This record gives sequence, structure tokens and C-alpha cells, in this order.
Amino acid sequence: MVELQVNGRRVEVSLPGEAPLLWALRDGLRFTGTKYGCGIGLCGVCTVLLDGEPVRSCLTPLASVSGRSILTIEGLSPDRSHPVQRAWIAEQVPQCGYCQSGQILTAVALLARHPRPTDAQIDAALSAVLCRCGTYPRIRRAVRRAAGLMAGEAAS
Amino acid sequence: MIRARLTRRAFLRVGVAAGGGLLIGFPWAPGIGESGTRAAFSPNAWLTVHPDGRVDLRVASSEMGQGVLTGIAMLIADELEADWSRVRAKQAPAAPDFANPLMGRQQTGGSTAIRGFWRVAREAGAVGRELLVEAAAARWGVDAGECLARRGVVIHEPTGRRLDYGVLAAAAARLPVPEAVFLKEPEEFRLIGRSQPRLDTPQKVDGSARFGLDVRLPGMWTAVVARSPTLGGRLRGFDARAARAVPGVRAVFPIESGVAVLADHFWAAAQGREALRVHWDPGPHAGVDSAAIERNFAEGLAHGGVVERETGDVDRTVREGRFVEALYRVPYQAHACMEPMNATADVRADGCDLYLPTQAQTASQETAMRLTGLPRERVRVHTTFLGGGFGRRSEQDFVREAVQCSMKAGRPVQVVWSREDDLTHDVYRPATLNRMRGVLDGKGRIVSWEHNIAGPSILARVAPDRVRGGRDPTSVEGAANLPYAIPNLRVTYALVEAPVPVGFWRSVGASQNAYVTECFLDELIAEAGADPVERRLELLRDRPRHRRVLELAAGRAGWGDALPEGRAHGVAVAESFGSVVAQVAEVSIDAGRVRVHRVVCAVDCGIAVNPDLIGQQMESAVVFGLTATLKGAITVRAGRVEQRNFDTFALLRLDECPRIEVHIVPGTDPPGGVGEPGVPPVAPAVANAVFALTGRPVRSLPIRVAG
Repeated sequence: MVELQVNGRRVEVSLPGEAPLLWALRDGLRFTGTKYGCGIGLCGVCTVLLDGEPVRSCLTPLASVSGRSILTIEGLSPDRSHPVQRAWIAEQVPQCGYCQSGQILTAVALLARHPRPTDAQIDAALSAVLCRCGTYPRIRRAVRRAAGLMAGEAAS
Repeated sequence: MIRARLTRRAFLRVGVAAGGGLLIGFPWAPGIGESGTRAAFSPNAWLTVHPDGRVDLRVASSEMGQGVLTGIAMLIADELEADWSRVRAKQAPAAPDFANPLMGRQQTGGSTAIRGFWRVAREAGAVGRELLVEAAAARWGVDAGECLARRGVVIHEPTGRRLDYGVLAAAAARLPVPEAVFLKEPEEFRLIGRSQPRLDTPQKVDGSARFGLDVRLPGMWTAVVARSPTLGGRLRGFDARAARAVPGVRAVFPIESGVAVLADHFWAAAQGREALRVHWDPGPHAGVDSAAIERNFAEGLAHGGVVERETGDVDRTVREGRFVEALYRVPYQAHACMEPMNATADVRADGCDLYLPTQAQTASQETAMRLTGLPRERVRVHTTFLGGGFGRRSEQDFVREAVQCSMKAGRPVQVVWSREDDLTHDVYRPATLNRMRGVLDGKGRIVSWEHNIAGPSILARVAPDRVRGGRDPTSVEGAANLPYAIPNLRVTYALVEAPVPVGFWRSVGASQNAYVTECFLDELIAEAGADPVERRLELLRDRPRHRRVLELAAGRAGWGDALPEGRAHGVAVAESFGSVVAQVAEVSIDAGRVRVHRVVCAVDCGIAVNPDLIGQQMESAVVFGLTATLKGAITVRAGRVEQRNFDTFALLRLDECPRIEVHIVPGTDPPGGVGEPGVPPVAPAVANAVFALTGRPVRSLPIRVAG
């Protein structure tokens, strides 16, 4: 039994400590918004935020994150109101949608670090997550839009 | 509006929904539904107007990213004059009623969803609108001709009285089905032709969209399957003691495809499979590698093939002018859907529920019927969202495994494929070897064209009865229908069997053949010293749709304008699935690395149902096509597929993605396909730009240039 802090709530999961966080979230806790894509940390669709930093949950042993703060897509906002989600909707980013949790959380982390990211910073950060449908052009636009929304909110 | 007789009025059903609303359904398959009465109304309604005014639509085609849930809903809702903000769309269950009229089955593929349902979906909506108008006219005691439907309301024009659809639904449900309905003319569409936001976007930004892998049923076990590491290998035996000792592992047993390890969760099942000792008979192909397969293709070319198209006299012209010959190679490709293959089955004595990310509901239902012996109506298919499809999810391998596991385990089972399973047990886009021969006359005109294709056949595997005399029409798509006016022309196909299973891969035959034909055409044009766009336009003099997209793409790309140092344009045009697409790629080569900076795409797909979705699909096709153009290939060594994960089968990443601009030719013809037609021109447009940069034609994929 491992104790975790997921989306601001303390939860217990009955997977062994060496099991990856991904499967604890998906199978143990039913946070199925975090996806499985490759299992070896290459595709990024399993990305969650650990103390605000993007990590590959498929390579993160459960025991190593006990007590630390984990944010999944389900915890980003109760009503899709996070600026990144609003930007994603406005730019109509998702196609099949499978990779989008990883894309969105990666963008959230980028904008926390660089509120006004350059195109190169966007490309570097978001290249961490694969999308087979090819939503990349819209991801670029949505990240820029989200940065604008967040700047507007900060100013008001 | 034009009055149109209903295409299948005999099968149309109108009825009362639970809660008193209006239901409209179209049982399609002859023999099913003919005996249907109002009392026994099919629950498979296309549309339901609820008493509170909400409208529920059922979409038969699978949502795999292409936006079909939104697109089909728009067709129905436009003719229904529904209030779009009150429309919801859900995946339909598996039922003969929902067969795609173009395919005769409930299946999503061949870019047929909008094309197949274009007429019948709008008819369903129009019937609903007319019944609601009639119900309102009866309520007011006025002539229906004085009434107008607009955005979920019927209006009596002379008096301005209004009634909401919800209020009218119950009365409308009791009216007879009309003989004919008014269908809108293109200029009357209010949703069709205008970009509407996708209905599935909200669920896809908050993690709530349910994919196949997200299905969780009470008592469900997760299964992973150990399958033969070699193509065509067979199970000899296994020792499950160590696997069973893994905490969480519940059962280990053989199934048709290998040995299934079932556990409480994926991690335990995967650990169990690691611990499993399996003895495989490597089978007859254990010595096969990619080079051997290609030697077989070369032998196939040498033996000749069936003639798929012939005009003029190719053999005579070969001796009369400048002769150019080239061999083109196209490799196997994997689908690599981001959501690996999976299926969930709950088989009980009295019925079976399948929760599937499937492109083929009819086939899935029949797979379960065969395995369980249950009748069709006891096999329910719940289609989830698909994390990509690209043709892979028309297959039944993952469905069979889930049904077999659930039957043996006696409980719901979700079969999960790892990425390694997914890449090594795919059905791959066929590899082909192509011999091209062209002849130019003294003025540099192309007077002869011969294209000999050798490669495996998809239909030989999936529908052998459709392969007659060694012909597989899917293998020559994009080759036999070469659009250019060349007086002497021959296209042949040699079917060569290979141990690598092949399947439908986004844009199918056109995905290889457009690359081969458009690149070889550039070789001939270069030989003549002509301009690729100008010469294509001359050769397309009888093809106005091709000319229009080519002119549009070239114009918007600035074809012929000066480019930055070290960059070049390449162009390609291809027709597939009823649409024509031209692309111009702007490319540079940096230390042996091909960089695509910009792709300008022009598409003629008839009426553009949802322009923003068409834009999305063209962007998608460019990225999908670039992966096959620049990144990886599937190869075989010692009877095994060598690529196991994204380290050896890389996909294009965001920092490699070009600027993509999409231009849609305005059209009023019925829609063409959209999901696939953007793929074929990608590889040749980029390869032709590389040819322009290096002077060396690109005769195999993925593109590799010397550093």
C-alpha cells in the first residue's frame, strides 16, 4: 500500500512500490486521463506534473513519489477553465485526443516556467510528446494563445 | 429546396421515444426491419427529439480523430433545422441499420463516412423536420406550407406563432412517414459548409474521453498475451509457474494467438508475462529478412504481372526516343496508433458485451458470434473513442483475443497490447518494388509510361475471394488511374506473397503509388528540362480538378519565386477517395538532414462540410505522411519485425513539423473523402524538393541523403 497525493487529495493505492505511477493512476485509482503509449519514456502521453514538473509516469516508480504532489489532467480544473484548456478548445487542437493530456500538462509546465515562451521554447518543450494525428501546428498556436490568456488574467 | 423521394422509404421507421419524444431510424439491411412495426420499433434511432428540446444523434462511423462524430451530426442537424447548441452525438451500437451505404457494413474506412451517409443522414434529418412542421400545422389548424422550421422551432409565418421542437415531438412521432422530403440546396445549408467546433473537444481536454483502454468493468481482469516472436511461429508449450507466482496474476492459459496472462492490473500481467517461459516453434519464416523479401519482389517483376491498364503501344515507343528507367522501393510501414491495440469483452451465457475502439462494428460483432455461438442481437458492441485508427482498427485480432480470454476466464477481460506488441504484430502497409520506364520524344514530351509494381496484396489476406487472376485493385490505386495525358501507357501488378502480414494503412495503395509516380514524373520532367508545375498542368489538360488544386497550391506557395539560399520547392498532386490534393513542400538539407519548412496544401473535396475539420485532416495527413517520408520503416530480420518501440520506429516530433497551410477549393459537388487524400502527395512533394536540391532522384523511402 502506497500513499499518494493526487490532485490535492490524499489517496492510497495497492500496487507494489516498484510499479510505475502510470499504472497506479490508471488501474489503481482510475485516473484514466493519463495514457499509456510506449512504457519506455519516449512518447510522453503519460506525462503528469510532479511538484509542478513534467515527468513520465510510465518510468516513475510509485515508491519514489510517495507524499509528493501529483497533478493529472483530471485535477487541472473542475470545468475545463484552465487557460491551457480554454486555448486548446479555441484552437480546436484534439483529433483522436489520446495524447492530449500529456500535451496539455507539458504546456502547463512550460508556461509556469516561461510565461511568454519563444517559438523555440514551445518547440523544445512540446517535442516531448508524440502525436500521431499531427495536431502540432495547433498545439503551437494554442500554447501562444494560452500564454496570452494567462498574461491577461495576471494583468486584471 | 428540392423535393426528393426518400431513397429507402420502405425501411424508414418513425416512433415514440422513451419519455415521449420523436425517434427516426433507418434499418438498412434488406430483411431486417422490413417487418418492423411501430410497436416493435428499432431502438437504433438515428435521431431522437426529446420533449425538452434536446436532440440526440447516433453516429454509425467510428470517431478516431477524423471528426466524423461532428461531421455526420452536422448532416442530420442541418436538414433537421436543429438548434446546434442542443445537439449531442453518440456512437451508434452495432446494428445492420447502421451499415455504411457505400460499404454494406458498419465500418469506418476508405474515407467513406461522409460520402456514404451524405444522402441518408440528411434524409433522416429532413423527415424529422417535415414531421415536426406538420405536427405544428395540425396544432394550429393551418397549412404546413405556411410554416417554417428554424433552429429547433417551427414558426407560422403569417402570424409569427412559434412552437419548440420538444413540444411537438410526441405528436410528430405519430405521423406517417412522408413519401418524399425537401432536401436543401447547397446555398440553403446553415451548418454544412461552415466550420463548427468539434463536439468531442471538451471531453478531450479534461481527460474524460473514454478510449478502449479506459474501460473499467466490475470484476474485470487485464490480460497481456505472449505472441510468437517470429512471423508465422506456433506455440509448442509453456511453463507458467513463475508467472502465476507474480502477485496479482490470476490466470495463465493458451489462446489462439499465444499465451494469455490475466491479472488484477496491467503491471502485474506484464510482470507475469516476463516470468512466463514459452516454447515457440519458430515456423517456416524464421530465416526471412527484408533483403530476401525484396529479392522475391524483383523475381515477381522479372516474371511480369497482370496488366491493370494499357493504352497505345508502350513496347514500340520504348525504341523511339530518350529512354529513362528507374527502380523505386517503398518499405513496410506500421500504423503506430498512439493508443495501442486493445479490447474489452464480457462474455456471459446469455450475451456478450464488447467495448471496442474498432473501425469495424459488423466484423467485430460477427467475430464474437462465431466464437461464442451467440446470435447477433445478443452481441452488443459499445464503440469507444479510438486513439487513432488509420486502418489498423478494422482488424479483428484484438477482438478475438478479448472474447477468447473472457470465455475462458468467465468474467470481463481487457486485453492490452504493449507498444512492442503493437509494432511487432501489426498488419503493415505493403512494401513494393516498382520498375518505371518512360520515353521522351525529340521535343521532350512524355510519349510513353510503364509502371510495373511487385508486392504483397492486402485483399489476398483480408478478402481472398476478391482477388481474381492475381488482381488486387488496392495495390494499383494511384498508379492505374494515372491522370496524365500520355499516349502510350501500361501499368502492371505482380502479386508476390511475403510472410509479413499487410493491411489497410491510411490512403492504402495511393500512399506508395503516388510517391512512385509523382517522383518518376519529376525525373522525366527534369530530363526534358521543363518546369514541374507547368509540365503537369499541360499533362492534366483534361483534368480540371487536378489543374485547379495544382494552380492553387503553386500560387499560394509562390512556386517559381526566389527562395532562401539552400531551399527548394517540390510539388505533387494525387487523387484518392474522391478528392484531389496538391501539395508544395519547401525543403532544405542541413548536414544530411532533410528539413521541411512549409507545406502548402490545396484540396478539392466537393462540398466542404466542415472547413476547419478539413483543415485539421490535411494538417494531420501532412504530419502522418512526413513520418513515413523522413523517419522510419518496418524491416524484418530472422523472421522478426525489428522495430519494437519509438526508439527504432520514430514518429515526427513537433520541432520537425513544418508550417502547414491548407486551401480548400470551393465546391458544390457531393463531398469527397477527407481522412486519407492528404497523405499521398506528401512523400513525393518532399522527395521532389530533395531531387531539386541535390540533382539526385529519391528512389526509396524514408529519404536518406548523404551528409
